[in-house]
Amino acid sequence: MSDRPQDRRPGSPPDDRPNPEKELSEQNLPGQRGEHGEEIRVQRGMFGANNGGDTSGYGGLVRSVRLPGAATRPYGGYFDEVADELEGALEEQGLVPEHAIEKTVVDRAELTFHIEREHLLQVARTLRDDPALRFELCTGVSAVHYPEDKGRELHAVYHLRSLTHGRLIRVEVSAPDRDPRIPSLVTVYPTNDWHEREAYDFFGLIFDGHPALTRIMMPDDWQGFPQRKDYPLGGIAVEYKGAQIPAPDQRRSYS
Amino acid sequence: MGLEEKLPSGFLLTTVEQAAGWVRKSSVFPATFGLACCAIEMMTTGAGRYDLARFGMEVFRGSPRQADLMIVAGRVSQKMAPVLRQVYDQMPSPKWVISMGVCASSGGMFNNYAIVQGVDHIVPVDIYLPGCPPRPEMLLDAILKLHQKIQSSKLGVNAQEAAREAEEAALKALPLIEMKGLLR
Amino acid sequence: MTTSHAHPPASPAATPGAPRETTEGPVYTVTGGDWDEVVQAAAKTDDERIVVNMGPQHPSTHGVLRLILEIDGETVTEARCGIGYLHTGIEKNLEYRTWTQGTTFVTRMDYLTPFFNEAAYCLGVEKLLGIEDQIPDRATVVRVLLMELNRLSSHLVCIATGGMELGATTIMIYGFRDRELVLDLYELITGLRMNHAYIRPGGLAQDLPPGAVDQLREFLRTMKQNLPEYDKLATGNPIFKARMQDIGYLDLAGCMALGATGPVLRSAGLAHDLRKTDPYCGYETYDFEVPTADTCDSYGRFLIRLEEMRQSLRIIEQCIDRLEPGPVMVGDKKIAWPAQLALGPDGLGNSLDHIKKIMGTSMEALIHHFKLVTEGFRVPAGQVYAAVESPKGELGAHIVSDGSTRPYRVHFRDPSFTNLQAMAAMCEGGQVADVIVAVASIDPVMGGVDR
Repeated sequence: MSDRPQDRRPGSPPDDRPNPEKELSEQNLPGQRGEHGEEIRVQRGMFGANNGGDTSGYGGLVRSVRLPGAATRPYGGYFDEVADELEGALEEQGLVPEHAIEKTVVDRAELTFHIEREHLLQVARTLRDDPALRFELCTGVSAVHYPEDKGRELHAVYHLRSLTHGRLIRVEVSAPDRDPRIPSLVTVYPTNDWHEREAYDFFGLIFDGHPALTRIMMPDDWQGFPQRKDYPLGGIAVEYKGAQIPAPDQRRSYS
Repeated sequence: MGLEEKLPSGFLLTTVEQAAGWVRKSSVFPATFGLACCAIEMMTTGAGRYDLARFGMEVFRGSPRQADLMIVAGRVSQKMAPVLRQVYDQMPSPKWVISMGVCASSGGMFNNYAIVQGVDHIVPVDIYLPGCPPRPEMLLDAILKLHQKIQSSKLGVNAQEAAREAEEAALKALPLIEMKGLLR
Repeated sequence: MTTSHAHPPASPAATPGAPRETTEGPVYTVTGGDWDEVVQAAAKTDDERIVVNMGPQHPSTHGVLRLILEIDGETVTEARCGIGYLHTGIEKNLEYRTWTQGTTFVTRMDYLTPFFNEAAYCLGVEKLLGIEDQIPDRATVVRVLLMELNRLSSHLVCIATGGMELGATTIMIYGFRDRELVLDLYELITGLRMNHAYIRPGGLAQDLPPGAVDQLREFLRTMKQNLPEYDKLATGNPIFKARMQDIGYLDLAGCMALGATGPVLRSAGLAHDLRKTDPYCGYETYDFEVPTADTCDSYGRFLIRLEEMRQSLRIIEQCIDRLEPGPVMVGDKKIAWPAQLALGPDGLGNSLDHIKKIMGTSMEALIHHFKLVTEGFRVPAGQVYAAVESPKGELGAHIVSDGSTRPYRVHFRDPSFTNLQAMAAMCEGGQVADVIVAVASIDPVMGGVDR
């Protein structure tokens, strides 16, 4: 299933989307997996038995977990146009695009720009203001924690929507755990106010320049950042007659 | 509370108990304590089809100081817990609590850092109502059962006696995990 | 509104009337008590600054929303929201369940729009799996049908509770009366009144029951009679108009900056609706219109919701005509939930015939059933964003997979959460009583805001 060509969603306009039926060339395949993608973790064993030995016989299994890696041109559809415009606009501002855009990933008919965090504010402003880009609507920030992706543990993911052109792109920024700072986008997209507070509350990402970065969901005196991977789920065992079912994160997982 | 609490044990007290119980159960004022999905079903119970007014309970009070029943309808988060206790403390006695839905009763499917695993950690609960969310009919049933409980509640020395017996029984009760039998 | 009902625990030293000295001057903390005393005490200082706390337990705040209003007389000078009182940790819980079990959790996020939550999540998972074009047509049509029914029931609750918060109990009774009709259909189709978990990755949990189409047609007939009653009751009602017109004003620039979508954005005149601009589930093939208003106010949003309900009825009609017999789950048996549901003696459960078959005749089917139910299917690593137009606006699901049988991270971009940020912009400078109207016109559902 993983090496399927890029699929277009049923019902999306046929002209401006990549069409796998027509061009099944190597370049149009989605972000390479297998040995090519970006490794985020190495998984050992099969049944996730962390406490106690793995008696399943699969204990020696080593499998690397990879996310889709950088794509090469052409990206297909409107993606090339967006990438060209963004790179051109950044060059006009005296910024080498390769310095700002870490990599560009095209996967499952979605375009992702990985941006260096120092340049995030400038890139976001360009994406919003450039007439050929015009991503007016930011749908907020979603943080993801990859504890074993050393040096880039915390990711902030923004989805930007252009109502003018009817486009959707993703912008991803990463920060290491020891310095979890990312510039705030509140000045560009005021809607990110609460979203960034939420990401701070759950992941401890510090958004520099945010007007009031305080906890929003958890009580003000809460310790820790509950949706990080190293924070336990916090469930309690459930008792029945003569039996006890441990909390979901304490059970043997089949992953 | 008042004079009736000072009556000596005897037939006079039991008569007053019955009268007080009947009066109290016939006009229970619920406080609005809607939290999540169950709150919508609670509102439905108050609306046309299920019509809580049939049981003299259509007046949901906005202020806890005018209410004597708290229907905890939904999941109680750690952040909401102190607020819930404050609202409970503001209610005048006698007061009752229905824990509506599994989330309020036991934490339900949200066995995690954010949700209090049962509202009985914070306030004493009279009726636990299972369901996710319970149907309005189930809430009506819980309310009728609570009415029975209110009707048969004790006063004065009888109340003290009943509380002592309940405590003794609770101390003697076998922990759930030591019980045998089917999982029900 | 003059007393704060459930103030979060104040410092114990604060007795009513006694000022507490802070760096900003004396602070009077009031929880209950006589309002006149408070005003007199506050009047002694020249620098009057009254902060009224509404909620999180207040009958008019649409759930457990806490509003912190700084008022000058009856005018709100500053308004802030306190949220998080219903934070449930659903996103974290999802990481410990299989992909299919995830629908059971997401359906409880915004509990008034369960089918939209399920649809956004399932569309995302299907995109990750790369099986979007293998979803049977019947499943897609039923999804659209349920989503439009859900739009009706959500808007009905919005109008009902919004009316109740204005003090109009009649419209609340009307709204819940019609919502019950929709809930009867849900119960018939999914077995549950709320929190259905009916839309599953790959299709639907089960097919429509016999007689569902007749009931749907009957419902359409009833609803077409009932909907005009809202017009008669509210649309031209002078009190209703006086309370709602020009209240909760937010223009297009404000909407774009604050990321507001849904009826709030459409009341500013922009016909942005994901069903038209970024269609999913084949919405581009349905015939319907996106209503807009140019008033930017609560009344415009109310009219838009009424019109959207009429459009939803149109879409439901088209769905019924398109229902063709066929499967409702993807053909790939590695993804389709293997259970064959039937009504057992206890009212729920697996089909006894199916259990007999897998237990007695097919070892492979038994293993397959066991593996899929306990372990679930694997989803290739990657991330997707799937968005649907919920009754409140753009509901987006950002789903990350690391190739295992459980979601690595699921984040919901809930429209209630984003739109609620506009509360301050809508309320500041207005009257205290209008705050309620403005919040009701946003229609935030705290289950969606806090998740």
